[in-house]
Amino acid sequence: MSSKALIRISLGVYLIIFFSYLLGPLVVMSLTAFNSSGFPSVSPWACFTYEWFNVLWNDSAIREGIFYSVIIGLGTVALSVSMGLAASIVLTQVWAKFRSTYYTLIIAPILVPGVVLGISTLVFWDRLGNFLGAGDGSMLSNLFHNGIFLTILGQSSFIASYAMLVFVARLQRFDPGLTEAALDLGATHTQAFRKILLPFMRPAIASASVLAFLASFENYNTTTFTIVDYKTLTTVLAQKVRLGINPSISALAFIIITLTVFAALAFEAYRRNQARQEAVKQGKAKAKSGGILPSFMTGNPAAIVFVLLAFVAIVVIGTAQKYSPEQCKIQVREAKQAEIQRRIKELQEQRLIKSQSEARQGPDIFGAPEEEDTGGKPSGAFGGVFAPGNLSDDADADQPEAEKPSGGSGAFGGVFAPTNLDNDEGN
Amino acid sequence: MGSGVAVDLENVWIRFGDFVAVREANVHINGGEFFSFLGPSGCGKTTILRAVSGFLEPSDGRVLIGGNDMAGIGPNKRPTALIFQNLALFPLMKIWENISFSMEVTGASARERRKRADELLDMIALEGQGDKLPSELSGGQKQRVAIARALCANPDVLLLDEPLSALDLKLRQHMRTELREIQQRVGITFIYITHDQGEALTMSDSVAVMKAGVIDQIDTGHNVYDNPATPFVASFVGENNVFRGKIKSISGEEAVIGTNRSGDLLARVTPTQVGKLGVGDDAMMFIRPEALELGSNSGNDKTTISANVVNEEFEGNSFSVFLEGDGGKLIKMAVPNVGQDHITGRGENLSLHYDVNNAVVMPAGELASE
Repeated sequence: MSSKALIRISLGVYLIIFFSYLLGPLVVMSLTAFNSSGFPSVSPWACFTYEWFNVLWNDSAIREGIFYSVIIGLGTVALSVSMGLAASIVLTQVWAKFRSTYYTLIIAPILVPGVVLGISTLVFWDRLGNFLGAGDGSMLSNLFHNGIFLTILGQSSFIASYAMLVFVARLQRFDPGLTEAALDLGATHTQAFRKILLPFMRPAIASASVLAFLASFENYNTTTFTIVDYKTLTTVLAQKVRLGINPSISALAFIIITLTVFAALAFEAYRRNQARQEAVKQGKAKAKSGGILPSFMTGNPAAIVFVLLAFVAIVVIGTAQKYSPEQCKIQVREAKQAEIQRRIKELQEQRLIKSQSEARQGPDIFGAPEEEDTGGKPSGAFGGVFAPGNLSDDADADQPEAEKPSGGSGAFGGVFAPTNLDNDEGN
Repeated sequence: MGSGVAVDLENVWIRFGDFVAVREANVHINGGEFFSFLGPSGCGKTTILRAVSGFLEPSDGRVLIGGNDMAGIGPNKRPTALIFQNLALFPLMKIWENISFSMEVTGASARERRKRADELLDMIALEGQGDKLPSELSGGQKQRVAIARALCANPDVLLLDEPLSALDLKLRQHMRTELREIQQRVGITFIYITHDQGEALTMSDSVAVMKAGVIDQIDTGHNVYDNPATPFVASFVGENNVFRGKIKSISGEEAVIGTNRSGDLLARVTPTQVGKLGVGDDAMMFIRPEALELGSNSGNDKTTISANVVNEEFEGNSFSVFLEGDGGKLIKMAVPNVGQDHITGRGENLSLHYDVNNAVVMPAGELASE
C-alpha cells in the first residue's frame, strides 16, 4: 500500500471519527424524539411515535419559555447591535494612543464570567432603584426588578462586545474617504452615516444580529440570575432536568436542529446562486442551458439537499396523518406485562429456594448475588435502577429484598423508569 | 454650471503638532483658472487641498473662496467638490446614484436625479452605463464618473487630488486632454494636485511648485520651466544639468560663473534673482539637456563645455549622451534621433555649446532629490 493511500485512508477515518463526535449526539438525541419510551432513549426501541411533539406543543412552560426567549433575544439584538456598532465606530475615531486600552475595556465583558454579570446586573439595578428612591410598587422599581428588562441588559453587556468584534472586522475594510466624499458632496454627518457607512455595514449587522440572537437564546448563566420571576427556554429546561424530563425535550432539539440545517442550506443555496449569477454576468461561466432540473439547482448541491429535506418533511407529515403508534404501544405493553409476570414468577421461585436455604444458614442481610441478577437486562448508565423489574417488584409485594437493587441509584432516582407509568396504568 | 470663483490663501500655516506641513502660503488663484500644485510627495500639497475643501482648518491665516472667509465652514457647506486620489466612488451605489449623490442629500426626486445623471453621463461619454456598479467599470471610466459626480454638485471650485496617478500611461495622457477640455467647457476653477510635472505643465494655466511645505514659485508652466526661481524648481521640473561654482562677474542680467571642471561659463540670471547675486557668491547654473548642442562655439569659450563621454542611451525620439560633469554628476545631453546610428564613442572628448538664453544662474540652494 502506498503511503499516499494510507494518508488518504487515515484522513477518511479521522473525518468519520470527527464528524461522529460532532454530530453523533445530535443524531441520537433526534432519534430519541421518535421513541415512545417515557425516558429519552434509543435502546430499547419501543415504538415509533410523534407523540412527544404533541407533548411539547401542549407544554405551556416550554411555550412560555420560548416566547420570552424570543422577546429577550429581539431586545438583546436591538440593544447589543446598536451598542456594538457605536463602540466599533468610536474605536476607529478614538485617539491612537488610547485605542488599545479602549479595546481591552470594551472586550472585557466577554472575559467576565456570565454568573458575575448576572449577579452584578441584578444588584446594580436594585441599588440604583434604591438610590433613586424608587419605592416598592412604583413604576421605576417595577422596571428595575423586571426580569425581561434586566435580562436584556445583562445579556447585552457582553453580547455587545461580540457584536463589536464583528463590526470592527468589517470597518477595517471601510475607506474613510467615502465618508469624506459624501460630506464634500454636501451630505450632513447623519446623511453620510445613513447613506454610506450603514449600507456598507449591512452584512455585518445581519451576521451580528444572528450571532446576538443565538447567544441570547442559549444563554443560561447570566439569565438565571436576571430573569427573576419570568422564564426563558433555558431556565425552563434547567428546571425540567431537575424535576424530570421526557422526550419532548428531544423533540424540541430535533425541531431546532432541523431549522438550523434548513436555514444553513437555504443560505448556502442562495449564496451559490448569487455567485453563479455574478459569474454569468461577467462572462466567466456559461448561462445555464435547460435540463431536467430547475435552473437554481444546477451545480448547486445545497439546493438539491434542501429540496430532498423538504421532501422528507412532507413525507413525515403525511405519515403522521395516517400512522398511529397505538397498536404498537399496546403490543409493547403486553410484551412488558408478560415479561414482568415471568420475572415475578422467577423471583418467587428464587425466594422459595432462598427461604429454604436461609432456614438452614440464617438471614443474609447484604443480599445474595442472585438478587442482583433479578433485573436480567443490562443495566446501563443508571446502575440498573430503570430496569423494568425493579419497581414492578415494589408494586408487586412487600418483599424487602426488592429494595436492594435500587441502592445503586442513578442521578434521577427511579422516577424515569419507563415502566413506572405502565405500572400505574396497569394496577 | 457654476462660474469661476477666485480662491485665495492668505498667510496660511498648517501645523500638526511640531510638524509644519504648510509654511506661510500666499496664493491667489483666479476664477476659471486651471491651477496646479506641483511637488514631491509629502510636500504639503494635499494638506493645502484639504484646507481649501474644509477637511482641516489652517493653524494660521485665512482661506477665501470668492472673497468669503471659509473659517468654520464645513466641507459640506463649501462651494467646492473634491476628486479623491482613489476616486472614492460609493461601491454599493449604481453609477447614476453615485453621480447624483449631491442631489440626493438635498432631497431631489429620483426622476430629477436620474435625468441629471443621464445628462452628465452623456457629457463624459458613458451613455447607458448608469445602471452598472463602479466595480464594473474600467479605470478611465471610473475617473470620468468621479468627475461627473463632482460636477453634479455645481461647485464653484473643483479640487483634484492626483486623480490620474492610478492610470496607465496612455490613459493618463488621454485623460489630461479630456480634463483640460472639461475645464474649458464648464469654466469653473480647477485646483489640481500632482507630483507629475508633465501633467502640471500640459494642463495648467498656473503652477505652484512646493517643497517641504514652502511654495517656491508660482507662475505659468512656461515660466516655471524656463525661468525657475530656485535650484529646487530648476531640478524638480523637467531634467536639468547643474553646474556649481562662484560668481566671477556680473553685467546686467548676465553673469559668469567659475566652475571646477568646465571653466568659466556665461549664463542669464534667472529673472526673480536679478540683483540678488553678488560677485563671489556660491551659485548654480542650469542647462536643459535639449539646450546643449554638439560642436564648439567659435569665438566664445564661455558658452562651450568640453567633457568626456561616459555613456550613451537610445531613447527612441532622441539619444541621451552622458558626459563627465561637476562633482561626479553626469551632464546629460539630448540629441534628436534623425536617423543616425549613434552619436559618439565611449571616452571620446566632446565639445558642447549652448545659447546664453538657455542657461540660467541663481544662488546655490537645495536640489530636488532624485
